[in-house]
Amino acid sequence: MKIYVSRDMASVALGADDVAQAFADAGCEVIRTGSRGLFSIEPLVEVETADGRIGYGPVGPWDVAAVLDGSHPNRLGPVDQLSFFAGQQRFTFARCGVIDPVSLTDYAAKDGWKGLDAARALAPQAVVDAVKASGLRGRGGAGFPTGIKWQTVLDAPGAQKYIVCNADEGDSGTFADRMLMEGDPYCLIEGMAIAAHAVGGTQGYIYIRSEYPFAIYTMRLAIERAAHLIAPFTLEVREGAGAYVCGEETALLDSIEGKRGQVRAKPPLPALKGLFGQPTVINNVLSLAAVPFILAEGAEAYAAVGFGRSRGTMPVQLAGNVRHGGLYEIGFGITLGELVNDIGGGTANGRPVRAVQVGGPLGAYFPPSMFHLPFDYESFAAAGGLIGHAGITVFDDSVDMAHMARFAMEFCAAESCGKCTPCRIGSTRGVEIVDRIMAARPTPPSVMPAKAGISLPEGGAEEKRDPSLRWDDGGLSKALYSRSPARIDTSLDAQTTLLRDLCDTMKYGSLCALGGFTPYPVLSALDYFPEDFGATAPIKEAAE
Amino acid sequence: MDEFIEGWTARHGATRDQLLPLLHAVQEEAGYVQDAVVPLIARALNLSRADVHGVVTFYHDFRRTPAGRHVVKLCRAESCQARGGAAIEAAAAQRLGVAMGETRGDGAVSLEPVYCLGLCAVGPNALVDGRPMARIDTAALDRIAAEVAA
Ligand SMILES: Cc1cc2nc3c(=O)[nH]c(=O)nc-3n(C[C@H](O)[C@H](O)[C@H](O)COP(=O)(O)O)c2cc1C
Ligand code: SF4
Ligand code: FES
Repeated sequence: MKIYVSRDMASVALGADDVAQAFADAGCEVIRTGSRGLFSIEPLVEVETADGRIGYGPVGPWDVAAVLDGSHPNRLGPVDQLSFFAGQQRFTFARCGVIDPVSLTDYAAKDGWKGLDAARALAPQAVVDAVKASGLRGRGGAGFPTGIKWQTVLDAPGAQKYIVCNADEGDSGTFADRMLMEGDPYCLIEGMAIAAHAVGGTQGYIYIRSEYPFAIYTMRLAIERAAHLIAPFTLEVREGAGAYVCGEETALLDSIEGKRGQVRAKPPLPALKGLFGQPTVINNVLSLAAVPFILAEGAEAYAAVGFGRSRGTMPVQLAGNVRHGGLYEIGFGITLGELVNDIGGGTANGRPVRAVQVGGPLGAYFPPSMFHLPFDYESFAAAGGLIGHAGITVFDDSVDMAHMARFAMEFCAAESCGKCTPCRIGSTRGVEIVDRIMAARPTPPSVMPAKAGISLPEGGAEEKRDPSLRWDDGGLSKALYSRSPARIDTSLDAQTTLLRDLCDTMKYGSLCALGGFTPYPVLSALDYFPEDFGATAPIKEAAE
Repeated sequence: MDEFIEGWTARHGATRDQLLPLLHAVQEEAGYVQDAVVPLIARALNLSRADVHGVVTFYHDFRRTPAGRHVVKLCRAESCQARGGAAIEAAAAQRLGVAMGETRGDGAVSLEPVYCLGLCAVGPNALVDGRPMARIDTAALDRIAAEVAA
């Protein structure tokens, strides 16, 4: 009997390897796939029957007999007919969870290489035009039109041009890049090969964060197997080394070049002077993986779905305290509330949703009163947030938003590349200010129950750094503190004003979005959840 | 180490962009990037020591001292926090007998922070000696502690 079990890192973390082994031991032919993308039913097994693949999940290794005779209570029927999947528009993730990710036969049988074949039949300019017409915008966060970026590289003179895939996916609450690389690596390879044809690139790099060992393994294997199909274009995986800022495109390029991952000033644009000083396309995994569909099915088919200037689909990731977490690919325009409540099913523990953070550690926190927001670049920007890489992290009513604001500053301090002062030093000062606010607020409002009575080891990441390199020790720290703490006004009002002021400085005085966008989570927490910062009534000016 | 580095560069090349791959390889081979190998790497890639040192210290992944025999990397990022990560972090420190970011005195285990493993719907998550584990609760911590003790 043929059985399908995911080998996605999340499925394995939930025990999928043991399940697969148990079915293999029972004499089944086990095919390891990527994940379908709904983690509340994992580990999931699918049994091939005359009526198609029938899913059971979650199951454990002890469930083999009940699954094989069809009596298991967690029988789900055909998985793609579950409501979580039936409502999706899987343009990019069509094969993920369905096929054996590294089988070239499976890939070719499910429309694989159709986009590359179509592209190769076209002149480079025509490929760029198709990507422009699709309306595809960068899925890494900034939403820059991919076709325009490619045009710049196509037009740039250069002996050698590079295609770089940004697979650093450092945002908490996101995992779509990982799932695609583990579940359908040839799709990314095909997208990069199309980009190479479009701009005249001959060599490509996929920069994958070291926290993704499964993706690194799968991509390397897939590149080896597909090498002859993409030649003369060549591809190589480069492994990151645990630096969030290396997701920023110029820091990423420096990292590939073997340097500290520090952000470069722009201009020059990477499109003109990128990797090793040559014209370079750098795109997120999802941007590149959307391209095969666009070439195979036509730009109109892609652009036909979407909302406003956000065309096509977005693989949204539902994460955190959410009942049905996972990957939901859908055209832009669906509202935040539909995603969190209707599809995600609210919180996992049944408590009310209090806040969602959209777009990772640099994204804003929104309360349920903002759930009418349509998922669209412009709508989120107008509301003081961003969709970023489309991760949605759900928090229940026990969340302490001052604590989350503190964390945003702490994360920025730990990950700052150190190039600009507002980010490097401001973030540490930000942690201190939030600490003062937390100390001064009357009663910690909704302190996470689990936290009570436990003193958390704080500043873990920072401690890890070489103590000799800390910027806030010794003389410097004394100098900064000479103006504090005795002489500063530690009242809530003063500290809150100071925090806003600091956010302002970071926003306008930082070179990249790490320092520049850390104010988003901090200010949104302050604006929407003032009670957690000790304010009695919502702060007026905040509403604007 | 000199021989290892020589062999490695012979296979992968000695251009500057091989610095991170080489550092990963050295760390995999020796468990950490000892200060003493920095000059060797610098010479092999024709870089200054300060340059290599700067890279080693920039990236969180590279250790300059040996890790414990077991390494538990616990996610501290937002989505895991939303699922009770802070309490698990405190409990992990307590059960493993080591503070976050430290190696236990007897060298048995290091507890390290990681900022997201891309398993954000099933947290709190950890990598235990490279093995991903989801939905860490106190029972799971007991199993990890037992593994470390064995
Ligand atoms: C601090 C920081 C981290 C980033 N992390 C990522 C990342 O992990 N993945 C990504 O694709 N883009 C990331 N970006 C955005 C990239 O700089 C860049 O916009 C993107 O790779 C461009 O590709 P796209 O146009 O396909 O989105 C980050 C930006 C900043 C400032
Ligand atoms: S904002 Fe921060 S991370 Fe970005 S360039 Fe400046 S110091 Fe580096
Ligand atoms: S936040 Fe912990 S795995 Fe993503």
